[in-house]
Amino acid sequence: MTAQQQTYSLFFGIGAVLVIASFVGLVLKATVARGEPHATIDNLNTRIKAWWVMVLAIGFAFVFGKTGVILLFAFISFFALREYLTLTYTRSADYLALAAAFYFVLPAQYVLVHVGWYGLYAIFIPVYVSLLLPILEAFAGDTKRFLERAAKIQWGLLICVFCVSHVPALLTLEIADYEDSNLLLIAFLVVVVQSSDVLQYVWGKLLGRHLLAPAISPSKTWEGLVGGVACATAIGAALWWITPFNPWQAALMAFAINAMGFFGGLVMSAIKRDRGVKDWGTLIEGHGGMLDRLDSVVFAAPIFFHLTRYFWT
Amino acid sequence: MSTFDTLCAHALCVFTKALTGARMIWQGCAPAAIPRVYFANHNSHGDFALIWACLPDDLRVRTRPVAGADYWLKGRLRTYVAQRVIRAVLIDRNRETRTDDPIAQMAEVVAGGDSLIVFPEGTRNTTEEELLPFKSGIYHLAHTCPDTEFVPVWIENAKKVMPKGKLLPLPLLCTLTVGAPLTLGPEEARDDFVGRTRAALLALKPPPE
Repeated sequence: MTAQQQTYSLFFGIGAVLVIASFVGLVLKATVARGEPHATIDNLNTRIKAWWVMVLAIGFAFVFGKTGVILLFAFISFFALREYLTLTYTRSADYLALAAAFYFVLPAQYVLVHVGWYGLYAIFIPVYVSLLLPILEAFAGDTKRFLERAAKIQWGLLICVFCVSHVPALLTLEIADYEDSNLLLIAFLVVVVQSSDVLQYVWGKLLGRHLLAPAISPSKTWEGLVGGVACATAIGAALWWITPFNPWQAALMAFAINAMGFFGGLVMSAIKRDRGVKDWGTLIEGHGGMLDRLDSVVFAAPIFFHLTRYFWT
Repeated sequence: MSTFDTLCAHALCVFTKALTGARMIWQGCAPAAIPRVYFANHNSHGDFALIWACLPDDLRVRTRPVAGADYWLKGRLRTYVAQRVIRAVLIDRNRETRTDDPIAQMAEVVAGGDSLIVFPEGTRNTTEEELLPFKSGIYHLAHTCPDTEFVPVWIENAKKVMPKGKLLPLPLLCTLTVGAPLTLGPEEARDDFVGRTRAALLALKPPPE
């Protein structure tokens, strides 16, 4: 199959899964809920609806190729960063640093990814920006909670911009015998990480007994983790045909993605717990904010990128 | 309103909502097409636009912000926006020179069936205080328009979006919380009503850091 045929097959498969999910959602609503409001089923249906929107958005971006995908993830970064910074303690003296984060750092990172300058986009935020921001903060002259403010803005950029940008950065990798197929690497990452989220949720709801981190999340269970990660790893292995990996390599990659994705969810939940909020935002009905949907991708993307880059280029 | 004015109004709403991701939480009451006085905390020039953009379409066309003529009649663009787009009720804040009575101007609008957006602090709050003391205008308005519902709207984060003296707004998220309506009691004294409305607004503020 050519890359294009593989992309069509993949989207056809995802579409089929969503059609089945939507059908099940409708049946559940009609039979179990009998058309009445029902918290779990209604939440399921709004989630499925949001999935359609997400798949269509990614499919639409794929049509426009590299530029489309980079623009899509630049916007995703933007929504994530504004959710993060809205929940972060800042003072009016942070104005310059915040303006730089939104209007300079974010676009610059994605431009660097677009021109494929690996040597700079890999260190731009961790080195240059992390030094620039406290300088801007110091010039503002307000020392109240200085280190905390500077550090939090930096961490937000690292998570919401730097890490997220490693998803479209997959397009810049030059892998032998995999020319023009890099969009499928993104599809692999997104499908594996998101199915892991969904399957952890499903296994947790069905069998979940033992809380894994009761101080952080009331819904993360050992049963959900093991079942979800095992299934999502199997899905990753089954998708080997869209990747440059063989089946067992695809399984290992999927496992690495799932493990990082899980840790991402854990870390981002700990922050939400500390800030006393359930969700990062309200952007996606049924899912909370952009960061709620993205927490696992954020941690998985750079690791997946570097594993692939180290072993396959 | 001409078609162009309506188009500008829509553009302003879309821009404001895209920039701030603003959403309105109707916590204390439901939207209703009756003349109401929405009163809010005032931190930035964008506050009018925020409340106005977040109101449901059918309420927005019948809601008019009350604003200082000295600011909004400076320059042709501001004048156009104030008079034709947001249809502000412009009041002269200078006691010495003014010819119209601001309370009478506002009461006339309410009597005509429209709603108002007012900022009872009287000026933008650029201090570290969470909310300045209210001016007595809110009482006089309530006294002139008895039985009118005064609805508190707490605007969260607008100060971070547009800090004082900065031209470029930051795209942070704003939340507007709408509280339960208040009406002036039959025998209620001025200071009591002013204090009660201020307390109702402050109660909508999320807990501090």
